[in-house]
Amino acid sequence: MTALAPSPDLGASGLPPSPAGGKKVDRTFRAVAFSAGLLVLAILALIAYSTTSKAWSAFAHQGLSFFTSTHWDPNTNHFGALDFEFGTILTAVIAIAIAIPASLGIALFITELAPKRVRAGVTYVVDLLASIPSVVYGFWALAVLTTPLGHIYKHIANTIGKVPGFRNFLGGPASGESFMTAGIVLAVMIIPIITSISREVLTTVAQDDKNAALAMGATRWEMLRVAVFPRVRSGLIGASMLGLGRAMGETIAVALVIGSSHQVTSHVFFTGDSMAAVIAHDFPEATDLPRAALIGLGVVLFGITIVINVAARAIANRTSAMTGVGR
Amino acid sequence: MTVTSPPMPPDHDDPGAWILEQAVSGRRRFANALATSWMLGSLLLALVPVVVIVVYVVSKGAGVMSVGFLTKNLAVVEQFAGGGIAPAIVGTLVITGVAALMAIPLGVLAAVYLNEYGRQNRTAKVIRFMADVMTGVPSIVMGLFVATIWVSAGLHYGYSGFAGSLALGALMLPIVIRSCEEMLKLVPNDLRQASDALGARRWRTVVSVVIPAALPGIVSGAMLAIARAAGETAPLLLTIGYANKINSDPLHGVNNTLSQVIWRNAQTPFAAQLDRAWGAALTLIVIVFVFTVTARIVSGRFATIKR
Repeated sequence: MTALAPSPDLGASGLPPSPAGGKKVDRTFRAVAFSAGLLVLAILALIAYSTTSKAWSAFAHQGLSFFTSTHWDPNTNHFGALDFEFGTILTAVIAIAIAIPASLGIALFITELAPKRVRAGVTYVVDLLASIPSVVYGFWALAVLTTPLGHIYKHIANTIGKVPGFRNFLGGPASGESFMTAGIVLAVMIIPIITSISREVLTTVAQDDKNAALAMGATRWEMLRVAVFPRVRSGLIGASMLGLGRAMGETIAVALVIGSSHQVTSHVFFTGDSMAAVIAHDFPEATDLPRAALIGLGVVLFGITIVINVAARAIANRTSAMTGVGR
Repeated sequence: MTVTSPPMPPDHDDPGAWILEQAVSGRRRFANALATSWMLGSLLLALVPVVVIVVYVVSKGAGVMSVGFLTKNLAVVEQFAGGGIAPAIVGTLVITGVAALMAIPLGVLAAVYLNEYGRQNRTAKVIRFMADVMTGVPSIVMGLFVATIWVSAGLHYGYSGFAGSLALGALMLPIVIRSCEEMLKLVPNDLRQASDALGARRWRTVVSVVIPAALPGIVSGAMLAIARAAGETAPLLLTIGYANKINSDPLHGVNNTLSQVIWRNAQTPFAAQLDRAWGAALTLIVIVFVFTVTARIVSGRFATIKR
């Protein structure tokens, strides 16, 4: 066995002379690697178990109205989370409504339009966008963006917001810290992930198919419509859903710009709150039942994001060999 | 729309574009131009925030930057100017470092299982899929998870840097696994077969041949994971507390990070606190970009090796 002990000077070519007796090492190595893999499943299971069990007292106290009531008041032990669920969904929907067309546009620019050198540069910049920490996004948006956005919102509320039909969405007292601002910031934050997956999906379309369309006299746009989009539809849906999941789970940037108030409203310029944001704001000070209720919000968030991610990956995997998009 | 078009002038190098100019109706050409401007407009939408945010943070942060700011403890009375962010810098590096020490070896091992042993068997497929799903778990949920099993569980370890490391490590793990597996996939099978033919066992092939061949890619992926973890805020809010003095011991006592300093000082009307937050933001962005850019350079080297 001593001949087999790994020595530091063994390079790629310096293999041991004899393999005899290494079977045990091999089996152990495999077992260790396997348990590292199993750790993923173990952590996910443990997250579900530990958070649910810690939140159980709040679920038991509040019953099903935890999910359906809008009455959240820790002082009187009322924990209806609907306001926050609504805020999470509304901000995420605003975010993907902005981010999907933008991301698809960038991905198409990279795959169809850009010369090779520009392509690398753009990919690099989009990666940088992804690497800016969310607290920096949030702080910048709070310090710089909320005031001018507030003016723009007020202007919109006083013009389009007066028109019947739009009144319920754009009218009323507009605030720079609002669902809309949170949605805009989220959109910028999820553009990189939707772009990178869309780009990978788009590159799976065979060049021959595109050439065939172009040879028939199609313009670039027509080529995209007939040869590319039908091939990548479900991949793009998967990418968008991953973006949606990311937007729903994003905490800090939303917590800084959403305005922290409890309400369910169709008015996008009103202040609100999201599940993740309320956990970030309240958890460090919370004890006992309110703490359990906040963990309960985490359970809901975990459940929603797991369902969205499983569905998104399943859809995206079906069409393309979508690989390791970690970010 | 002429039937016989003149021959292509020599200064055109793209026949497709030339044909378009010659033979496409106005409406179709307009739709095409519209699509092109959509792509360019989207690009602008991504470029503008990066440039604006970076420029803004640099200009605001540079005004606060000084040796004292980087080396002093945090001011006790936050509303007034003074003090530094040293505890947050040390905490960010220590907490992220410990997280990396846990997540990277485990992630590489798991990737080795997926690519070298499990391949396409059912267990490997499940693990691969769930690792993808795990990248989508919100970071605040990871924080709640560690808060329940470590900080306030029956264990009662309380706030500590290590609790933060656990949460960051759990966030990094799936990223490391998936990026590392991609890199292992790129290693040509010829190398494995050559090693097998020399009589090496699988573990020896992995350790001496496969991993060294994929090393630059693995390092690059790991650094991107570190960069992401270093900027995390939400899970740390629930796990590490807030320290005003440098605490280089991750296992005991409250700690601090740059992201916490930004979070705490951002939500106030006081100029001194906002300045502190800008300074911390600049420091954090520099740290994150250093890791991101290094990862790029390392993987660029890898690309030239692999061609």
